[in-house]
Amino acid sequence: MANERKGEVQFGEQLTVRSHILRSAMTSGPGIFWVTFFLLLPLVWIGVISFLTRTEVGGFERPFTFENYTRFIGFGFFGFDMLYPQIILRSLVLGIGTAVLCMITALPLAFFIAGLPARYKTLALTLVLIPFWTNLLIRTYAWQILLAPESPLTRLAVWLHFTEPGLPLYPSAMAIYIGMVCDYLPFLVLPLYASVEKIDWSIAEAASDLGADGPRVFWHAILPQVTPGLVAGIILVLIPATGQFVIPDLLGGAKTVMLGNAIQQQFQQSRDWPFGSAITFVGMGAVMLGLWAYARAAGERGGEII
Amino acid sequence: MKRVSLPLWLVSAFLYVFMYAPLAVVIIFSFNAAKHGGPWTGFTTDWYTSLLADKQKQDATWNTLILAVASTVIATALGTMLGYGLSRYWFPGKKMFSLAMYIPVMIPDIVMAVAMLAFFKLLTSAGGFLQMGLATMTIAHITFQIPFVAIVVRSRLVGMDPAIEEAAHDLGASTWQTFWSVTFPLMLPGVLAGAMLAFTLSLDDFVVSFFTTGPGATTLPILIYSSVKRGITPDINALSTLIVLASVIGTIGVTLLQRPRQPSGG
Repeated sequence: MANERKGEVQFGEQLTVRSHILRSAMTSGPGIFWVTFFLLLPLVWIGVISFLTRTEVGGFERPFTFENYTRFIGFGFFGFDMLYPQIILRSLVLGIGTAVLCMITALPLAFFIAGLPARYKTLALTLVLIPFWTNLLIRTYAWQILLAPESPLTRLAVWLHFTEPGLPLYPSAMAIYIGMVCDYLPFLVLPLYASVEKIDWSIAEAASDLGADGPRVFWHAILPQVTPGLVAGIILVLIPATGQFVIPDLLGGAKTVMLGNAIQQQFQQSRDWPFGSAITFVGMGAVMLGLWAYARAAGERGGEII
Repeated sequence: MKRVSLPLWLVSAFLYVFMYAPLAVVIIFSFNAAKHGGPWTGFTTDWYTSLLADKQKQDATWNTLILAVASTVIATALGTMLGYGLSRYWFPGKKMFSLAMYIPVMIPDIVMAVAMLAFFKLLTSAGGFLQMGLATMTIAHITFQIPFVAIVVRSRLVGMDPAIEEAAHDLGASTWQTFWSVTFPLMLPGVLAGAMLAFTLSLDDFVVSFFTTGPGATTLPILIYSSVKRGITPDINALSTLIVLASVIGTIGVTLLQRPRQPSGG
């Protein structure tokens, strides 16, 4: 943003540093205050809580301690316990797995929509938008019905010797993944479709004329052109999927506790806010680190964030 | 080169079925006579008529709408001003704040939810002026909506030709006149898009509401969640069907509204 430099003429006005700050305060001021007071300060506050000690009634008090963090990485009362490191790993696998599965499924769908005649395109896109704008809770609990013991889908799974008769397909890790892909697919289809629409097909034709076969044309001449959409979509899926709490809560069981569920448990059932804050802080730290790396990579390529 | 082959048709058709199966099953089961869900036993519209007498669900609907409208109005005002200010003026720490603004877009919502819960508890224990409930939920929604509105508005302003405003100034308009008669009409589509985004984010939100609400203040997503935790009942399917219907109408309405200005879509 070159036109923001201080003391230069912009939008027909000559502004000094002082008037820049004054006008910022008058326009951005209330928004900055609100976001700082109700978002940034609370984040700092749970950072503070994460170093405090839990009281017996579920509150917290001094002294400051690192205990919540050491407990998180596995050093508990009963020696070394892998529970929380496992939860982190499981959540990361879930986030990455969801992103990969969504990518595999979104690619054909985006190319399908882009290949349709113009008048069906809007319809096909609207059909992706409708689930996108429908409440996630509804789309998730519906899978409890679809995967129930007597449902046609479960019978099909039994008939294919995929499961044993009478057993529901949920709660299970597979149910979580089905729910995740179903819920997050539109997040990847939409940015990917925008990229597919911009593809310069003459590059693909040139590659094909020069003797490349189908897969090589796709890999070398088409895929690089849709990478921006793919990356945007993966970021939209990866982070919320890693911290998802509703989908694992409704479709998973005790064996599939994720980061989001662990946080919820500490803040609600266990009422151990210092420990819950430590989990939250580590989770957020991981996301921030990833974002920072991404912002740097994007900055080096001269792109904007998002 | 650009054509849709048969395998692509089949895969896409399967994916559409996959995306719509949950919506379809909720709609179908909302007409199922069986009391506790389970297999199909017959057609009925009883679950819809029972909604008419269900005060709890009606209250939740009202709460959801009040929350969405109130938070959207405030967040759109503050977010628009923020987006405008960020696109025009410099202040110390601007780079840092612009990055921090992406937090609600980027971090999992549960992080925001527990942070605000802890902070609201601190405020409510400090003085009796704030109680956990609709007020805290509204504050929380405004907090995550402001950055979304500001980002949309700012991107609209950054893409605008500065020569238009310069021309207004050169022709003798004051900053105030230029803003209201030139800049604001040009940024209005961005403001409306931001408001629409904020409104749907509020309607869809479950996690932040779930953590920042208090006794007595229930929204539709919270109601659905707690009902589903106890076991899916047909009246929840009926309620969800109405929500799905509202989403369908809303999505189609917005698509139609956008069509004249952007004929190619996107």
